[in-house]
Amino acid sequence: MSNFVEQFRCSLVVSRKNIKIYYLKGPVVTFGLIFPLFLALAYLIGRNVPLEDVLPGLIGMTAFFTATAVGPSIVPWETRSKTLERLLCCPVAMWTIVVGDMLSSFIFGFAISVIPLVLTLFFGIQLLNFIILLLALIIANLCFAALSVLLSAYPPTDVPATTMMLSSLVKFPLVFISGVFIPIEELPPWGRIIASFSPLTYFTDIVRLLFINRGFYGLALDFLALLAFLITFTIAAIKIHERTLTKRL
Amino acid sequence: MGYAIEVRDLTKLYGNFTAVNRISFEVKEGEIFGFLGPNGAGKTTTIRILTTLIKPDGGKAFVAGYDVLKNPIEVKKRIGVVPEVSNAYVDLTVWENLMLIGKLYGLPVKKIKENATELLKEFGLYDVRDKLVKFLSKGMKQRLLLCMALVNDPEVLFLDEPTSGLDVESARLLREKIVQYNGEGKTVFLSTHNMEEANQLCHRIAIINHGKIAAIDTPENLRAQSMDLQYIEVAFNKTVEAGIFSENPNVVKAVPAGNKVRIYTPDPSAVICFLVEYAKKNDLRIISLNTMMPSLEDVFLKLTKRKEVVL
Repeated sequence: MSNFVEQFRCSLVVSRKNIKIYYLKGPVVTFGLIFPLFLALAYLIGRNVPLEDVLPGLIGMTAFFTATAVGPSIVPWETRSKTLERLLCCPVAMWTIVVGDMLSSFIFGFAISVIPLVLTLFFGIQLLNFIILLLALIIANLCFAALSVLLSAYPPTDVPATTMMLSSLVKFPLVFISGVFIPIEELPPWGRIIASFSPLTYFTDIVRLLFINRGFYGLALDFLALLAFLITFTIAAIKIHERTLTKRL
Repeated sequence: MGYAIEVRDLTKLYGNFTAVNRISFEVKEGEIFGFLGPNGAGKTTTIRILTTLIKPDGGKAFVAGYDVLKNPIEVKKRIGVVPEVSNAYVDLTVWENLMLIGKLYGLPVKKIKENATELLKEFGLYDVRDKLVKFLSKGMKQRLLLCMALVNDPEVLFLDEPTSGLDVESARLLREKIVQYNGEGKTVFLSTHNMEEANQLCHRIAIINHGKIAAIDTPENLRAQSMDLQYIEVAFNKTVEAGIFSENPNVVKAVPAGNKVRIYTPDPSAVICFLVEYAKKNDLRIISLNTMMPSLEDVFLKLTKRKEVVL
């Protein structure tokens, strides 16, 4: 147990280092701030829809794009600069580094996706339960952060642009099938099946339920699904990073 | 005195290629152990296994008493590593790099600050502690790497080509520090291409070639094992064909070397007598005569490129 606490403390150190080094890197700013901002504007402007109907999609998109902005680039960057080898020479396990990368990705996503939430309060829009929304935001951001670190695991490249491109290839289809633009209940049966494979679906469903009282799966299933995705992505990220480590050194 | 490093039948495969082939050796506590070999011989792979970065496919390795496979974290707590390629965080300052490494070793912040201050002063980096690493010279970066490897006060130091590409002053400083820290009880595992450096610093040297240990001994003994590589350089007042000396049974090989003739022999004394006689008979004067012992480089080349060095 003490060993676990020691390693988790190292994850926090890794995370703080990532925040200092990677938050202001060009691709992170582009994919994590500029891009979601313009996507949100395109989503909002010119639509004659009440704000509370738009907010679930907006919050979902913001959380998804920001929490997946940092993760894909860290390991390739560290591979290229050989700092991954430096980190691994210290008494840390691979999972410690993966969790550290996840946490820095999570903090970036959470800090920014709180903004639309604050706007909600500012405009006085009613929602069913703020605490549940906050909890969902935390779990969803962790889940997306784990996905982003998983996306950097394969191929074991040292070119951040490669993982950024590949992660975009995964991220965009996920947004379109996740009920952000079209509510799940309005999707055809095959669309619903596809949507169920995306973690964003369940987060959007929670937000929709809390804002406009129209959920599809129910809170319990949404949270369970998000947790299942979080655990699966985290374990997969650790295992694949461990396997591909030799190719990165 | 115990062993700081013990390696038994260590093997590492990359597909069909055997990078490290059942090597075995020990490094005594407090020893500077040189690890020499041509590029691709298996040096870095061995260091990466010993520093727990990669897992071996066979054999055992113990560092500071811990199994690298079973207790990698315990091993890493007791070692410091200076890799071949500079790998400090260039977007962090010198100070931030040391703090980061210290924290990853779980040291209290106060202790890290004390160690970092002491090391930076010792290595002449204290005045640049707030500079980003990307703005440091190569020599400074290499000194910083050694500071980072020492911040946790390790028992065993792994140095992979630590002076490669450095200016004379920085290289000398690093060598002095290696000797100093070894004097304070640290075991040093030094991989280098620099024969003179290995000769000066190492108590014992292992030469690895094609993934196998070709020889392990003190630099002196390694040279002594290769006495067939000793030679005599002789210059006469007139030009003499080198081939004439090859007929002597004590001569292995004779080759021209500028205005001199280089004569390889296992028995220099007999050859010198022969040369004096030859000079008298042919009315020649010996201008210079030197007996040269094999250098570590000669031994290295003999052991690693047997086919090329045909005497």
